[in-house]
Amino acid sequence: MTTTVRAPLLIQGLHKSFGPLEVLRGIDLEVAEHEVVCLIGASGSGKSTLLRCINLIESIDAGRIVVEGEEITADGVDVDRIRRRIGIVFQAFNLFPHMSVLENVTLAPRRVLRTGREKAEEQATALLDQFGLADKRLDYPDRLSGGQQQRVAIVRALAMKPDLLLLDEVTSALDPELIAEVLNVIRKLAAEGMTMVIATHEMGFARDIANRIVFLDEGQILEEGPPDRIFREPREARTREFLQRIIEAGRL
Amino acid sequence: MSGGTPGHSGSVPPPRATRRPGLRVGGSGRRALTIAVVSTVVVFGVLAWLVVNAPGWEQVRRSFLDGENFVRSAPGIIARFGVNVRLFLIAEVLILVLGLVLAVLRGLSGPVFYPIRLLATVWVDLFRALPGVLVIYVLGFGIPGLRLPGVPNDPFFWGVVALTLVYSSYVSEVYRAGIDSVHPSQAAAARSLGMSQAQALRFVVLPQAVRRVIPPLLNDFIGLQKDTVLVSFIGVVEIFRQSQIRQSASFNFTPYLVTALVFLVVTIPMARITDWLVARERDRTYATAIGAAGANARRGRLWSGF
Repeated sequence: MTTTVRAPLLIQGLHKSFGPLEVLRGIDLEVAEHEVVCLIGASGSGKSTLLRCINLIESIDAGRIVVEGEEITADGVDVDRIRRRIGIVFQAFNLFPHMSVLENVTLAPRRVLRTGREKAEEQATALLDQFGLADKRLDYPDRLSGGQQQRVAIVRALAMKPDLLLLDEVTSALDPELIAEVLNVIRKLAAEGMTMVIATHEMGFARDIANRIVFLDEGQILEEGPPDRIFREPREARTREFLQRIIEAGRL
Repeated sequence: MSGGTPGHSGSVPPPRATRRPGLRVGGSGRRALTIAVVSTVVVFGVLAWLVVNAPGWEQVRRSFLDGENFVRSAPGIIARFGVNVRLFLIAEVLILVLGLVLAVLRGLSGPVFYPIRLLATVWVDLFRALPGVLVIYVLGFGIPGLRLPGVPNDPFFWGVVALTLVYSSYVSEVYRAGIDSVHPSQAAAARSLGMSQAQALRFVVLPQAVRRVIPPLLNDFIGLQKDTVLVSFIGVVEIFRQSQIRQSASFNFTPYLVTALVFLVVTIPMARITDWLVARERDRTYATAIGAAGANARRGRLWSGF
C-alpha cells in the first residue's frame, strides 16, 4: 500500500462537468515515479480537462486527486503550493509576451521560490542551454518560432523543478517540421526520469516514449496498458476504431 | 523586410527604382513633389485670400489678432500656465494610482469582496456621471464654507481633489478595459507556475494591460490638462483666468489666442512622443507589428508625418 500512497499521482473516481456536459465520468488513474503516461483519445474525450484538473486549473465535482500522499482536492489546500510541484505546458505555449525568454523562465522561481536574481538567471541559462535555447535568452517570445516558444514553455515549467510534468497537446499548434524538436525535448526529459502525463495526438511518439498508454473515450478510461499491446492488439472496439482512424489519417 | 524583388536573392542589391515603385507612378518623384507643392500653395493661397477679403475681416483681426496686445499679454499669461502645469502633474499622478486601484478592486472575485466591488463601482459611476465643474464648485466652495477645523480651504488643493475624483473614474475604466483584454490563458499560465492571484496580476496581467492602454490614457491626460482651466471658477488664478483678466482690461480677445497656442504647443508634441514610445515598445516586443510608426521609431524619428 505504501507505494500507492506515495505515488506522484493518484486519481480516484474523478468527475467533472461543464454545465450539463459531463466531461470526465469517473476517472481512476495512478502514475508511478519516473513513469511516462500518454493519454490518447479523440478531441473532446476529456484529455485536456483531466490535465487541467490535476493542475487545479479546473475544480472537480467528485472524486479525489492525491499527489505524493497529499490529497490536493481537499478543502483548504494551498493551491499555489500544489501547483509549484506540478508543472503544466499548454498547447498554445502561453508565454508572457512582455518579457524576454530569460524573464519568462526566471519569473516564477524569483517570485514564488524567492530565488535570488543572479541564481535564478544562472539556473535558467543552464536549462536553456540544455535545450538549445541559450542564444535566445534575451529575445522576446514573438521573435521565436513556434517550436522554440514551446521549448521555452517547457523550460519555464522545469525551472520550478516540478515532481510531475503535465503536457497538454504541446505539439498540436506547431508546423509539422517543428514538431520533432519539441518531441526530442520530451524524450530527453523521459530519459532523465521525469514523471509525466502527456495528452497527445502523436501516436508514433506515444508508442516510443510511453510506459503506459491510457485511452480515454467520452470521459472514461476505456483501456490502458503498455504501448505495444494497445497499438497492436487493442481489446476494445472503440480503441480499434480510434486507432484505425489515426492510421487512415497517416498519423501512425 | 524581404530584401527586394523575388528575382534578387544573394548579395547583389536590387536597383533602387524597382525597390520603390510607389514613387514612379505618374512621372518622376521630383515632378510629383513639384505638383504637390504647387497645388498646396494654390489651395491655401486662395483660402487665405478669401478669409482676408471677407467682410468683417478687419474687425476680426483687430479683436483676435492684435500683435501689440499679444506681445504685451503673452509673458504674464504664459507665466500663469505654471499653475496649470502643477495642477495637472499632481492630479495625474494621483489619478493614475487611484484609477488603477479602482480597476483592480472592481476586478476582485469572490463573495467576500462584494462590498468593495460595489463601492468601487458606485465611485466610478458617480464621478463619471457628474459634470466636472459641478464637482469643482461643490468641493472648492462648499467644503471650505463648512469651516471644519483642520480641513484646508485652499482652492488649489480642492481643484486637485476634484479633478482627481472625476478623472480617476474615467482612467479606472480604461485600465479595466486593458485588464480584460489580456487573455485569461496568461493568468492561467502564471497561476500554473505557482504564482498567487496577486502575483499573476502584478507581474503578468497588469504590465500587458497598461502597455495596451497608454494611448487612451494619454487621451484622458490631455483632457485633464484642458480641464485644469475649470479650477479658475473657484478662484485659482491660472492661465485662463489670467487671459480673462487681460481681455477685460483691453476689451480685446487676443489674450485667449495666447492661451490657445500654449495648449496646442504642449499637447501636440506630447501626443507624438507617446506614439513614438508605444511604437518603440511594440517594435521591440513583436516581430510582426512593424508598421510605419515602428519603422520611424527604429530610426529614432518622433514625427511620423502625414
